[in-house]
Amino acid sequence: MGITSEEALVDAVKAARGPLAVRGGGTRGVPAAGDVLSVAGLNGITLYEPGSLTVVAQAGTPVAEIEAALAKENQRLAFEPMDHRGLLGTVGEPTIGGVMAANVSGPRRISVGAARDFLLGVRFVDGRGAVVKNGGRVMKNVTGYDLVKLMAGSYGTLGVLSEVSLKVLPRPETQATLVLHGLDDDAGIAALAQALGSPFEVTGAAHSPAAQKTTLRIEGFETSVAYRLGRLRELLATTGAEMDVQTTKASEDMWHQTRDVAAFQNQEGDIWRVSCKPSDGPKLAAGSGAQEWFYDWAGGLIWLRAAPGHDLRGALGSFVGHATLVRADVQTKARLGMFHPESTGVARLTAGLRAQFDPKSIFNAGLMERAA
Amino acid sequence: MEMPIPNPAIIARKARVVERLQGVLPVDAVIFDERETRAYECDALTAYRCPPMVAVLPSTTQEVSDVLRICFEEGVPVVPRGSGTSLAGGALPTADCVILGVARMNDVIETDYENRIIRVQTGRTNLSVTGAVEENGFFYAPDPSSQLACAIAGNIAMNSGGAHCLKYGVTTNNLMGVKMVLMDGEIVDVGGGHLDAGGLDLLGLICGSEGQLGVVTEATLRILHKPEGARPVLIGFDDNEVAGACVSDIIKAGVLPVAIEFMDRPCIEATEAFAKAGYPMCEALLIVEVEGSDAEIDHQLALISDIARRHNPVELRQSKSSEESAKIWLGRKSAFGAMGQINDYMCLDGTIPVSSLPHVLKRIGEMSDHYGLKVGNVFHAGDGNMHPLILFDANKPGDLELCEEFGAEILKLCVEVGGCLTGEHGVGIEKRDLMHVQYAADDLDAQMGVKDVFDPAWLLNPAKVFPLDASESRRTIKLAAE
Repeated sequence: MGITSEEALVDAVKAARGPLAVRGGGTRGVPAAGDVLSVAGLNGITLYEPGSLTVVAQAGTPVAEIEAALAKENQRLAFEPMDHRGLLGTVGEPTIGGVMAANVSGPRRISVGAARDFLLGVRFVDGRGAVVKNGGRVMKNVTGYDLVKLMAGSYGTLGVLSEVSLKVLPRPETQATLVLHGLDDDAGIAALAQALGSPFEVTGAAHSPAAQKTTLRIEGFETSVAYRLGRLRELLATTGAEMDVQTTKASEDMWHQTRDVAAFQNQEGDIWRVSCKPSDGPKLAAGSGAQEWFYDWAGGLIWLRAAPGHDLRGALGSFVGHATLVRADVQTKARLGMFHPESTGVARLTAGLRAQFDPKSIFNAGLMERAA
Repeated sequence: MEMPIPNPAIIARKARVVERLQGVLPVDAVIFDERETRAYECDALTAYRCPPMVAVLPSTTQEVSDVLRICFEEGVPVVPRGSGTSLAGGALPTADCVILGVARMNDVIETDYENRIIRVQTGRTNLSVTGAVEENGFFYAPDPSSQLACAIAGNIAMNSGGAHCLKYGVTTNNLMGVKMVLMDGEIVDVGGGHLDAGGLDLLGLICGSEGQLGVVTEATLRILHKPEGARPVLIGFDDNEVAGACVSDIIKAGVLPVAIEFMDRPCIEATEAFAKAGYPMCEALLIVEVEGSDAEIDHQLALISDIARRHNPVELRQSKSSEESAKIWLGRKSAFGAMGQINDYMCLDGTIPVSSLPHVLKRIGEMSDHYGLKVGNVFHAGDGNMHPLILFDANKPGDLELCEEFGAEILKLCVEVGGCLTGEHGVGIEKRDLMHVQYAADDLDAQMGVKDVFDPAWLLNPAKVFPLDASESRRTIKLAAE
């Protein structure tokens, strides 16, 4: 369906006789049955005010187009959305609606917040075909319930986004990465915790067991970056690790690779993403039955590669957090579910919300529902 | 401000409700004597008062659950209350309600520096959360100006902000998990020590829901290490528009100050007379604060000063010491008190796109002339969160109504230029009936549909947030069924 206006989107929802697979660029590997309902035709930046740090765009606008517009004003999407194409082998153009619907955030999530924290307002079409707006284009807004947050990360199951407004941030003058060599998982995660517990404003904190590299990103004015790198070196001297520094382009490349999970891109197996308390990371990873893993978010995000069909969630057992099956064949995704089962109380509330927003269960039906 | 008529059938059951509540709470935790319930008759929006039928002060999540279950079974409305500092009437009772105060629940349950989180009971005050971690160099970032008194429960209900949210965000950006009791007594855990929801973002929905979805009894909050230091620069302009342009230029330049505060002439005059901070007499004054090491601060302040000089400031004063910083902040921090010396005032908090600042200030000035009421503007300019203070005389008949009408016009203007009714105080009863200005019927229905899921009988804080005409059919189902 070639939808190019919000009105057409309303008509398509109202005319639906069965399930609809809601889609932006279709790059994020979301399995959904039914007729494809694509918003890729809803395209274009409708407002950009650099001095107010806000941009408003139609949901189907390519992320690349927004990033290019921001770059001209020396600004950026600070939450650093991942590009899933390399990992999932998908093609197509990632859209801003898709980023928000999946709440896709990168390494900078630990310092500036997630995609959901940068979403200021939405327009969407609910399952009845009603157009709903919530939030706006100002940074502080507590007028009524925050349906903006509810829509972020709802994977199209509550409504189809037609327009989003975002907070953007200035692009810092420069960046650099401090690399610690030779630490094991426990020591690496402990070093990251030490750095994040300092006043030096780390904007990336990752650990790769395979490369035995623990990495810390610093961004800002050049003199400030140099100063903070020096202070971090002093702070982390107790780890005994050898250290070096990667600057500008090398630093940027390193974090793109972390963001896009480059380490697993051409590797066999299922890919899991675990969100946990950072200090729980090493123990969870070691008991997961995975073949390989690395940590982002100071240990609070673990990317794992496991044998096809392995029930990694089952191996982890009960823990504070959740495990998402990001890449697997259709059968495995159907058997294990993409999303973590919810507790009974939470599942009852989310089922109730789905029934409110999408009473006919047409949007990405069954995608997120899996009670424990 | 209209409130629903109390339900006489509920008031008639008072003795029974009290008896049941006494069955699950200690004797001193159930307050029902009319001389004592008066202590709960209002919050910081003192123009509106009504003693509740009963007030309860539970000490545990289980007690909160027992209270809610009983009220659910008895069909009694419940108004949750943190410290009662709401400026929007969020904790205003009705005569047929039970006030559920969380003031006795103020323990720190867990501090975890490794994962940079603290878990507290929600009756704990905002400032005492920082108090619990500051000896280790940490702090809790959201800093509403009532932070000495306001409770985390109320911060979550209203999604409170503060002066420093330009850099650190508001409550919702710093809240990682809650334990919440639903109206039927069920206890639900959402989030925790990890980032982001595995399913729908219920945490984001709960934060800012003004006590209408559940009673949050425990919260997991993000804590941060304090910056090495912070210092402001004070910049005076003889034109509001130029000051607004300077704010925009600072933001565009890639410096991200921790705060950008703005005061206009009426406000500067009032605070000078009151606090004698040595402010220049001019049309607009900015206080821009940055953080970091001494050298980092100097570098950023130099950049900001360079930008400011391009706008021909009448005053430019960089702080070089903590004494100078305190003096720069003195006037700003006493602004509300200074305005209060002159007269009674109403404080609004509509938010506007920063680009609309000059236009909105000009229009407010014109409206001030029209209504014959003075206005001082002091606000968080970096994020467009205004705080017009309208002066009126509470003893002069009709002045409060005139002031409310003027206030409503300002808020409509905020919406008209692309902003919103409230940036950090919440809707409560104060802006409830203006919600039609910002939202269409379908927008309000979508929000009320959320309450239908969490609280189908509409017993939790029912007469707030939504215009009474819009919520009437939902609120009255229960009455009709009796």
